[in-house]
Amino acid sequence: MSAAIELCGVEKSFGEVAIIRNINLSIARGERHALIGPNGAGKSTTFNLISGYMAPTSGSVLLRGEVISGLPPYQINRRGLSRSFQVTNVFANMSVWENLRCAVLWSTGHRYAFWKNIDNLPEVRDRTAQILTDINLTARRDVPAGLLTYAEQRALEIGITVAGGADVILLDEPTAGMSHAETERAVALIRRLTEGRTLLIVEHDMSVVFGLADRISVLVYGQIIASGTPEEIRGNPKVREAYLGEEAA
Amino acid sequence: MSEITASAAPPLPGTAEKLKFYGLWAAAAIALLLLPRIFSSGGSLTTFSLIGISIIFSLSYNILLGQTGMLSFGHAVYYGLGGFLVIHAINIIGANKLPIPLPLVPMIGGLTGLLFAVLLGWVSTQRSGTAFAMISLGVAELIASSALILRTFFGGEAGISANRTKLLRVFDWNFGPQIQIYYLVAAWTLIAVIAMYALTRTPLGRMCNAVRDNPERVQFVGYNPHVVRYLAFCFSGFFAGIAGALAAINFEIANSAYLGALQSGTVLESTYIGGIGFFIGPIVGAIFVTFLSLGLSDLTPVWQLYFGLIFIAVVVFAPGGVTGLAMMHRPLLKAGTLMRVLPSYLIALLPTLAMIAGFILSLETIVHYSVNPGDDPHVKAFGVSFDAASPLIWATAAILLIGGYLIARKTWTWVGYAWDEATSVAREKGIAA
Repeated sequence: MSAAIELCGVEKSFGEVAIIRNINLSIARGERHALIGPNGAGKSTTFNLISGYMAPTSGSVLLRGEVISGLPPYQINRRGLSRSFQVTNVFANMSVWENLRCAVLWSTGHRYAFWKNIDNLPEVRDRTAQILTDINLTARRDVPAGLLTYAEQRALEIGITVAGGADVILLDEPTAGMSHAETERAVALIRRLTEGRTLLIVEHDMSVVFGLADRISVLVYGQIIASGTPEEIRGNPKVREAYLGEEAA
Repeated sequence: MSEITASAAPPLPGTAEKLKFYGLWAAAAIALLLLPRIFSSGGSLTTFSLIGISIIFSLSYNILLGQTGMLSFGHAVYYGLGGFLVIHAINIIGANKLPIPLPLVPMIGGLTGLLFAVLLGWVSTQRSGTAFAMISLGVAELIASSALILRTFFGGEAGISANRTKLLRVFDWNFGPQIQIYYLVAAWTLIAVIAMYALTRTPLGRMCNAVRDNPERVQFVGYNPHVVRYLAFCFSGFFAGIAGALAAINFEIANSAYLGALQSGTVLESTYIGGIGFFIGPIVGAIFVTFLSLGLSDLTPVWQLYFGLIFIAVVVFAPGGVTGLAMMHRPLLKAGTLMRVLPSYLIALLPTLAMIAGFILSLETIVHYSVNPGDDPHVKAFGVSFDAASPLIWATAAILLIGGYLIARKTWTWVGYAWDEATSVAREKGIAA
């Protein structure tokens, strides 16, 4: 069985500056994989390359064995890969309910329909209600997304990402800027919502990474210097030197 | 329906709400039916017809601006082309005695608007924002200038006229009298408004809002924002074409002014003054601006200047438009604190009106001296005669303007305090303000 995501010799340069230098990475189906590395290592760029936000300069990205690099983001999303954003990226003037419903519409097959009343689509209602309950925002259903608290917006961000039912989920620093208690709740939420799916997560909080991930890859200066189980990564001297050093000490 | 849906989803409208909803449309239909019984003069029937046309046109424009976040400077293209095609269609139908009655002819305008939106929209909707605005302006210039060059189709400066009474009769109506045109416009207005409202309640309509809010994120929930914008553009062109067709039927003529920048500007202004954030906004704007332009032009020769100032005032002080301003008061009404702000409005109204009076007096005096200084200085504006050459008038204008402003500024602060108080009470009662 082919891997959920595979990056083969992926490179990305902006002009003369190489941001991603030859990444090879394979993530098995159902695996929770964390991508860690110091600031500016290229973690978000890697996400952008996988999700179609940018096309790689060379190399290719495969989703379940099919090449997806070069496709626009919406086509990649339709093939079952969904991502969240590091900076909250929701539909600010629309209510929480509307936000989630928009994220459900394509996958329920309604596409660009202009002949169906949106309130008469039971499966859309059910799915939206399910996600709303999952992310614990039922009480905030009718509030415009722009007026939510930061932690609520992050939860909505995750909700929009998983709402379409994609089986490969990419989360970009989902707990950034959260308090300790909020982080714990967010991790529990992520664990629950990504049950049985493939997860690739970028995260700075090491307790989140080591608590959640089956495997970890360490990205430094656009190259993966190590990839393995949490124990292997913890014990890897190269990683300790390059990245974990100051925090593990 | 699952248990989770029952507890988490917004409740579906009950029978009472549904009745209220359909009752509203029925009431609108009855009001349109009875309106000519109350105001039966030819002038008011013409005004109502113009308002109906403007309502369809403004709502079609708001599909772009308010719902999908696209600022167009060339919406009159689809209105105008719809109008021209309909004039040609009426002439052809009349000459060949084709079995098409006039009430169906607006559909030809709509399909024309749709066709040109389909042809011209794909490129311009690639991006929203500045790129879309600039392309819409370019296309508008292109079409407007060809209207003067391609004389056989557009009729040059004079335009093309038609006789609407020569078509197949329905119920013995020949659509000569204005009352019959009024009913034709009213029926199409009601149909178009319902259709455009229904459009906002569809998956496409909701994705338009999502594209307006965040086109980037839309791509990551499976949608191509370009396709969403393009479809919105096509619908907008279709309804603009219907509006243009009704205008052509109403005036029995189509000329290059239909397609021009002024027409594109007027629909932008009506829509914005009414308020782009609410479905009803453009309807309010169309009514308000039609009355304003008809009313002001009787009162002062420089009415466009006032119209421009009103537009600027709305953009600066009430970006939500007239409707947004009214809707701001809804939480206060619910919380029962509306009476806390109304007295402050009344107090503020007096010096503000004085300031505006001083401003109008100064403006009209300046207009007299700059436009026709050789004429008799006894001028008349807004029904009031005054001597523009009298220093007494100048002094009055200055006192009203400056004094009014100084006092008004104080009263506006009071309005602010009263507003804060009323909204904080509303918020305490759990009503979002």
